[in-house]
Amino acid sequence: MTTVASPAAQAGGRGTRVSPLRKRADSIGDRLLLGICLLAAAIAAGTIFLVGYQIVHGAVPAISKFGLGFVTSTEWQPNFGVFGAGVLLFGTAVTSAFALFLGAPIAISIGLFLTLLAPKGVRGVVGPLVELLAAIPSVILGFWGLLVLAPFVQSKIEPFLHSTLGFIPIFGSPQTTGLSLFTASLILTIMVIPIIASISRDLFQSVPRELQDGAAALGATRWEVVRGVVLPTTSSGVIAACILGLGRALGEAIAVSQVVGAGFEIKGSLFETGNTLASQIALQFPGALTELHKASLYYCGVILLVIGLASNLIAQWIGRRFSYAGAVAR
Amino acid sequence: MNYPDQSVPSRVRIQTGATAFPAGVTGTTVQPLVRPELVFDSREVSIFYGAKQALAGVTLGIRRGQITALIGPSGCGKTTFLRSLNRMNDSVLGFRIEGQILYHEHDIYGGNVDQVEVRRRIGMVFQKPNPFPKSIYDNVAWAPRNLGLRRGLDERVEQALRGAALWDEVKDRLKDSALGLSGGQQQRLCIARAIAIEPDVLLLDEPASALDPIATGAIEELMHSLKGRFTIVIVTHNMQQAARVADRTAFFSLETGGEKPVGALIEVDETEKIFADPRDPRTRDYVTGRFG
Amino acid sequence: MSSASIPDPTAPLTPSGNLRRRQLVSRVSEVAATAAAVLAIAVLVLVIYSVVIRGAKKVSLDFIFTTYPTGVGPMLLGTLEIALIATLMAMPIGVLIALFLTEYSGAKGARTMKLILDLVNGLPSIILGLFAFIAFVEFKGQSGFAGAVALAIIELPLIARGSQEVLLLVPQSLREASDALGVARWRSVLTVVLPTALGGIVTSTVLAVARAAGETAPLILTSSNFDGKMFVLNPFEALPNVPTWIYKLSEEGNPEGFNEAWGMSLLLVAFILFASLGARALLARSKRKLSS
Repeated sequence: MTTVASPAAQAGGRGTRVSPLRKRADSIGDRLLLGICLLAAAIAAGTIFLVGYQIVHGAVPAISKFGLGFVTSTEWQPNFGVFGAGVLLFGTAVTSAFALFLGAPIAISIGLFLTLLAPKGVRGVVGPLVELLAAIPSVILGFWGLLVLAPFVQSKIEPFLHSTLGFIPIFGSPQTTGLSLFTASLILTIMVIPIIASISRDLFQSVPRELQDGAAALGATRWEVVRGVVLPTTSSGVIAACILGLGRALGEAIAVSQVVGAGFEIKGSLFETGNTLASQIALQFPGALTELHKASLYYCGVILLVIGLASNLIAQWIGRRFSYAGAVAR
Repeated sequence: MNYPDQSVPSRVRIQTGATAFPAGVTGTTVQPLVRPELVFDSREVSIFYGAKQALAGVTLGIRRGQITALIGPSGCGKTTFLRSLNRMNDSVLGFRIEGQILYHEHDIYGGNVDQVEVRRRIGMVFQKPNPFPKSIYDNVAWAPRNLGLRRGLDERVEQALRGAALWDEVKDRLKDSALGLSGGQQQRLCIARAIAIEPDVLLLDEPASALDPIATGAIEELMHSLKGRFTIVIVTHNMQQAARVADRTAFFSLETGGEKPVGALIEVDETEKIFADPRDPRTRDYVTGRFG
Repeated sequence: MSSASIPDPTAPLTPSGNLRRRQLVSRVSEVAATAAAVLAIAVLVLVIYSVVIRGAKKVSLDFIFTTYPTGVGPMLLGTLEIALIATLMAMPIGVLIALFLTEYSGAKGARTMKLILDLVNGLPSIILGLFAFIAFVEFKGQSGFAGAVALAIIELPLIARGSQEVLLLVPQSLREASDALGVARWRSVLTVVLPTALGGIVTSTVLAVARAAGETAPLILTSSNFDGKMFVLNPFEALPNVPTWIYKLSEEGNPEGFNEAWGMSLLLVAFILFASLGARALLARSKRKLSS
């Protein structure tokens, strides 16, 4: 293959980036490489559409039979060909919201700890350890939840909460197995924390030193510096991180299916069994026999996909739109 | 070591900080040797960052109600010394201080001292304006709110902005973001922020070096008006600025005697004297521009 | 303005006004943040502890190398094989995308590509399992290959992003020197830029593999029909694998099965943790070397 010798390095190039690299693909080899790269990029883009298309396609029988009522109906009877995702949506909403509301404050605190409190040595150890929490496979976490956490929750935590806060209906009487929406929520909390914590940590680290110094020089305590400067300037990024964590919780199938108890009704207490969209797919799809059953599970997948993509997009939008970097002083 | 010049008598504890001759005494007769009131009394202060020594044996007194300028070439420890006065160096890795800095006769680095209390009384304005990404009003009101000074907050904010010569320019847009102001306005905002809590001392670290000449002039005028209310210590690269603004001037430079160059205080005196007739040849070289 | 809350400057530097309460609040928040970190570490320790203590009982050389019922060798082998196939698909595409981002794309293209990568990254793994099912299993039955496709989709954004970070760190001077010598862009990318970044790219891939090796959901739907009684190498059949076997055992409720599951968990966790920690450390090191 003949190559055209590029002229000596000069400024210029087609890219609109500020990078000094020339974006030229002048020789055939260059065009070929660029083409292959573009192909790779197209494959990635195409994957999203392909996945979406296939899932929707698989769900068509259920969509045409149940329409939007699928979302509200709470009947799920495979033997009678009646399917409705109401119970699942309830379970998904409850467990994910719980995981977010419990996990986000803890994760943000960890982020603050790592950037502002911990001495360098501690930071170097605790930081990777928190990220290691994210590396534990969900099936192992769910298994641990099943054999270790659930019994503990059932014997210690649920009775305690019931006796102290039992007047609130969601803290009803504990069930026998400890497999419940509550335990599933706890597992999801554990999964959500490392995601939010590591993003928060990066955000807090990026708050300019001068801003914090300026606040400290005004006679503010450490907490006041956090509350007045660090948190406000990173708020949109932290919110985006939380939504990303939420997306993770929404899509978690395996660990939840191991500890949620596969309940079929909406019950008032957290300590009862329940189910989520993702978990239902994992539990029932391998054994689904009828086309309608499978299609209904695909329909669950469609809902899950929509919620998942939506939360991802919202997180991106928030993170970009209100980024502090755009508001730096002249 | 240069100790504060004792030839100028001053009354102890005069509210405005102005000096006054005891009644009946004219300039040439015997003057009582009354120690001028020192806000800061630094004694043989040496500062280290890890193994590296940044400042050696600085003994310097800062007088009440005056503007004291710290001048000298870059890298000779002026800013380091300034930041030590309100314990802003504490968070720097490896920071170590020897000697004593007395603030109204209390050791700033003493055992019972609360860092935050130190900074509440000794305020600081930084070289690069650093307003919070909040509204103009909230920038000034933030610290007073922390301190619980919520009554009369509006008046306090107005007074502070007036004191910083910024009120007229921003009074109609207090709710606008502070980041929309020009550099010079932002710096005056930072000054307003600092004086809103009525500190005892104001430390200014090259407050005008990031600003254009007109903004610089505004800052300098400001300092004259602030002088009576606060004790001011200002670090500046700009000799003319020191000459215009300061009552006393301290000249820092690098001492190359030992193995490594270390910052040191060369001479401190009345500003006029430093510039017209300094004692040390190094001071003379610097102020006459013989070296940068 | 109330001067009662303006402290007497000559008073000792202990907290004045409301500072004592505010320092208490600050302390409480520090304790809370520390407690949060301790809590997270505690959970990690608890999980790892359970896995190690219960799993160690079962793990032995027999366990690792023989077939069911004495060992889980087929599952381990199958997991490796699926991971290998997935990486063979994901790595080239991921690296090419990274090259596109660093060498060829403009700002808009880069933003779009990053959005796409983030979206792919956010696809729930169960959905990817459904996709692989429709695409492959419905026609040809279960296969390790179908599972590998789903895992490849999971690995792709991780490899792309990690490679991109490393490629960005390759010094500009390398590319410019190559250009100045008249070498075509594509040649310098392949012979200079890529090799320099290779270490980082490999470690990014290892991290991606560590992530994908633990994914269960896609494999449940594509490669779960096996009994582990013999080694299976053909990827177009259901390949035995560790995650689905653990899942199956956990749902069965048989205590002996639980022991086995703990043993497999130990092996899986050990692999993932060592791969993650090792790769991360190596990645940090190669990033440091590139940017020094």
